[in-house]
Amino acid sequence: MKLLVLAPILAPLITAALCLLAWQRMWLQRAISLLGGVVFTCSSVALLGYVYSYGIVVMQPGNWPAPFGITLVADLFSAVMAAVGSIVGLAVLIFSLTGVDQQRQQGGFHPLLHTLLLGVSGSFLTGDLFNLYVWFEVMLISSFVLVSLGGEKAQLEGAIKYVTLNLLSSALFLAAVGVLYSTVGTLNLADLAVRLGDADPSGAPSVAGRILLIAFGIKAAVFPLFFWLPASYHTPPAAISAVLAGLLTKVGVYAMTRVFSLLFPLEGDSTQTLLLWTAGLTMATGVLGAAAQNDIRRVLSFHIISQIGYMIMGLAMYTPLALAGMVFYLVHHIVVKTNLFLVAGIVQRLRGTCDLDRLGGLYRDKAWLAFLFLIPAFSLAGLPPLSGFWAKFILARAGLEAERYLIVAVALAVSLLTLFSMTKVWAEAFWKVPPAQDTPATEIEGSEGLRWMVVPSAALASLTVAIGFAAEPLFELASATANQLLDPKQYIDAVLGGA
Amino acid sequence: MELLLAITVGALYAAGFYMILRRSLVKLIIGLALLSHAANLFLFTVGGLTRAGVPLLDGVEPATTFADPLPQALILTAIVIGFGVQAFAIVLLRWVYQTTGTDDVNQLQTTDIGS
Repeated sequence: MKLLVLAPILAPLITAALCLLAWQRMWLQRAISLLGGVVFTCSSVALLGYVYSYGIVVMQPGNWPAPFGITLVADLFSAVMAAVGSIVGLAVLIFSLTGVDQQRQQGGFHPLLHTLLLGVSGSFLTGDLFNLYVWFEVMLISSFVLVSLGGEKAQLEGAIKYVTLNLLSSALFLAAVGVLYSTVGTLNLADLAVRLGDADPSGAPSVAGRILLIAFGIKAAVFPLFFWLPASYHTPPAAISAVLAGLLTKVGVYAMTRVFSLLFPLEGDSTQTLLLWTAGLTMATGVLGAAAQNDIRRVLSFHIISQIGYMIMGLAMYTPLALAGMVFYLVHHIVVKTNLFLVAGIVQRLRGTCDLDRLGGLYRDKAWLAFLFLIPAFSLAGLPPLSGFWAKFILARAGLEAERYLIVAVALAVSLLTLFSMTKVWAEAFWKVPPAQDTPATEIEGSEGLRWMVVPSAALASLTVAIGFAAEPLFELASATANQLLDPKQYIDAVLGGA
Repeated sequence: MELLLAITVGALYAAGFYMILRRSLVKLIIGLALLSHAANLFLFTVGGLTRAGVPLLDGVEPATTFADPLPQALILTAIVIGFGVQAFAIVLLRWVYQTTGTDDVNQLQTTDIGS
């Protein structure tokens, strides 16, 4: 059953290769892509089920014992992330069949999407710091091409900023890897955790920890390092924005959590204070930035930043409940944020724009779309009984228990502002009378293939509602994950002991 | 030797960051290239320099001093990745120049100001 760890990596790899072979035959490429996506999702969900019932799964693909060879590890956190990632990946894939134009699909959209998913699941499942760097690069290079695919002016302008800041972050990550290897002499995460536990906490390794914090901070778009995100995420077509918004920054959060639970546990040191401040400022700047925007996708891009703040808040408080809240929040956020971008894509298809000034009257024309928007939007703002309410409730509760009142106050205020900005989108795009001058001319062309764009969006919306009404199982899972994160010994024993 | 390499790495980092902060797109790419070289050389230096003891095995006996092969393997991987990424960045730069007609980074603001 150890091969199950390999499945979420092999499935997108093989699919991407087969898609490349079927380059000329679009129908075949779509069929392979869809089939591969289904296999990928099934294998990731199966992996989660397996890890939940039987504990951490470790595999040494080269058959070298643990600290020497390449290690793949699926603990609960990895498996949860991989499973949720694959679900939204599949949703975006179905959406893109008609939601991405022919030219882009023929230009390699499908193989690129699968290599992106390959990089994402590889990052979640690797047990080695340098391999994490390599998977990050796999993910980044495909996202670079996806961001610029199609070559519109705005896309290319966004891509330049996206590429520059992400390469900068990779260079920093590499430097931190070097420092850690030279001082500790290993790059296997479990082995690093053991040796760092014995090392002098004030020496060179802690410098590496700070460099990693900055490198992952850029990827996760936290407070002073987020500027690439609002400059680039709204420029590509909605399907591409959706997968980037749903997954990429969250890989940064994942890496940060892994490093600051396993390698440098956050126990009352200065990093914890730093992270708490970062979390608060990230939440506040993100939501204030969103309030000033006037385009649905730009509003949503800024909200990603603000939501990242909540996750960092969960990590920074570092209590079992707070980490459970973070995991819950990650799951909720990935589903909801991807869905909001998909809805924005449907709006774009129907009206030809996402500019709030030029939209209006969508509720009158397309009431179903309004509800499709309302579910994730209210969930994002944290209205009961949707998934966002529980996520925020757990985090706020954890904050009160840890007596960190300031950050809880910030989190609640930001939540209100999120609601404000969602109602603004609602009022402008759906409720108000449409501006007379450009009534939809794209409607006829747009409605073709719309069904396949609505289905994944509706599926994700029902997932949000399902999480909201049955929060208990997910909370159980999140608590188990948090306990595993807080007890690195389980991870270390699984990797080093049983090999 | 370490001192010389350390100074070189520092100079490369400084030059890389300086070039990234310039307004020209070409200089931006040069800056990114310098920065990735700086990171690779840093990895090489910090991984420990060993002179005149390259192979792991000296005949049949394990050699007493040998160079650690792992940092070199890491650098090789990083160089290959860096090569690919820079090749893409150059194509992207040309594409941006063709589409927008400018190589001044300050002109690339339309996505920030809004349409």
